[in-house]
Amino acid sequence: MKLDTSGLESAAPVWGAPSELVDGFSAAPSFEVPNTTDFDGFQKEAIQMVKPAKGTTTLAFIFKEGVMVAADSRASMGGYISSQSVKKIIEINPYMLGTMAGGAADCQFWHRNLGIKCRLHELANKRRISVTGASKLLANILYSYRGMGLSVGTMIAGWDETGPGLYYVDSEGGRLKGMRFSVGSGSPYAYGVLDNGYRYDMSVEEAAELARRSIYHATFRDGASGGVASVYYVGPNGWKKLTGDDVGELHYKYYPVMPSTVEQEMVEVAGA
Amino acid sequence: MPKQQANWSPYDNNGGSCVAIAGADYCVIAADTRMSTGYNILTRDYSKICKLADKCVMASSGFQADVKALQKHLAARHLIYQHQHNKQMSCPAMAQLLSNTLYYKRFFPYYSFNVLGGLDNEGKGCVFTYDAVGSYEKVGYSSQGSGSTLIMPFLDNQLKSPSPLLLPVQDAVTPLAEAEAVDLVKTVFASASERDIYTGDKLEIVVINADGIRREYMDLRKD
Repeated sequence: MKLDTSGLESAAPVWGAPSELVDGFSAAPSFEVPNTTDFDGFQKEAIQMVKPAKGTTTLAFIFKEGVMVAADSRASMGGYISSQSVKKIIEINPYMLGTMAGGAADCQFWHRNLGIKCRLHELANKRRISVTGASKLLANILYSYRGMGLSVGTMIAGWDETGPGLYYVDSEGGRLKGMRFSVGSGSPYAYGVLDNGYRYDMSVEEAAELARRSIYHATFRDGASGGVASVYYVGPNGWKKLTGDDVGELHYKYYPVMPSTVEQEMVEVAGA
Repeated sequence: MPKQQANWSPYDNNGGSCVAIAGADYCVIAADTRMSTGYNILTRDYSKICKLADKCVMASSGFQADVKALQKHLAARHLIYQHQHNKQMSCPAMAQLLSNTLYYKRFFPYYSFNVLGGLDNEGKGCVFTYDAVGSYEKVGYSSQGSGSTLIMPFLDNQLKSPSPLLLPVQDAVTPLAEAEAVDLVKTVFASASERDIYTGDKLEIVVINADGIRREYMDLRKD
């Protein structure tokens, strides 16, 4: 099975024929693979030792006015919270967003790679790439690395000539077109709130509030999700970040502490 | 006879901790100098800090052989960049280069936990923190290594910087002065050495500011 390494080739050679000195570096980089008989076993061990950052809640849905995309910002390495400020909504270009769930490095790298390929498409074809096309490019790359341990669960959301578009793409090679998705360890909780409150004809404000609430509820119940709930809106003029709220503060906003009447009061005992 | 599995691992963990803090016009990067394997100390005087560019310094803990290979690779790429562009690489550019370098070994990772610190093009401090396969983000402060679970909560408490994801956008760099930040780092390592067996011996502190780079040392517990 030949791996699709086209994503790693640089666009053009740097200065004509590569010289002896820079040969090792300017040649198209390919992934080094360990020299072992048991690739699977080695990957399992390496990933356990290295514990790459993962864990998440992300969601996206299409409604009358466009696409709403939201995510939390926590990254966990095993049981340790390695960061509370990870950018999980990746700006591929001014009218397309990708979400990150699964391995942080996998998602960051392949989304950046997708952004490059989308730009190359624009330059080669003198028009923007469609959401369908972009998601297919990513899905094909991930399919060629199927079984090698990549962990990517992403949604590609954007606005192209046919209107709003939303695709779910994962590292198993799956690619689904849909109206509503939630991905990550906190997705069951987000689905509950999202499916309950969803209507196609919502306003942008209502949709943003629904997205934010869904993320908040997922962070409340899922230990691997937390941090800041970011909400983005994708419309005919591209994407715009609407809100970024700390979920700890959202909790007290949604469920403020009610002062209760005091029944018995403890009094300080004076002296010995 | 059941199939024999390999009992040789290409990896080892040499321990140690690193910290970096970004300020308005400076950046502090520090690491201890103990190198261990298992319960043995290999040396008390090993530097985990490497200068990659004029305004860019990396500290790495984990498997020092992989760290050394990574440092060499980045130094070589920086030299090529200088030949091709006639200038030094900026810290954010080096940050992305490091991320890509780590990811190209996604299926045979560098066992190296890095923090990158330096000044960006405007002279403001910046710190980038990585996992072993290359995911990275710009933060106000970070720690990596065996003592990081002890150090990070303390830094969160003292430096709690607002998340860069909040709207309206708030600045991530700490309002602390340079001398206070260096003091904080010394305190942090003194505490980490008390409770982490892999951290100790000596602390190496590197401070980058508009005047250049300066290095400082402090003794830590040797037990």
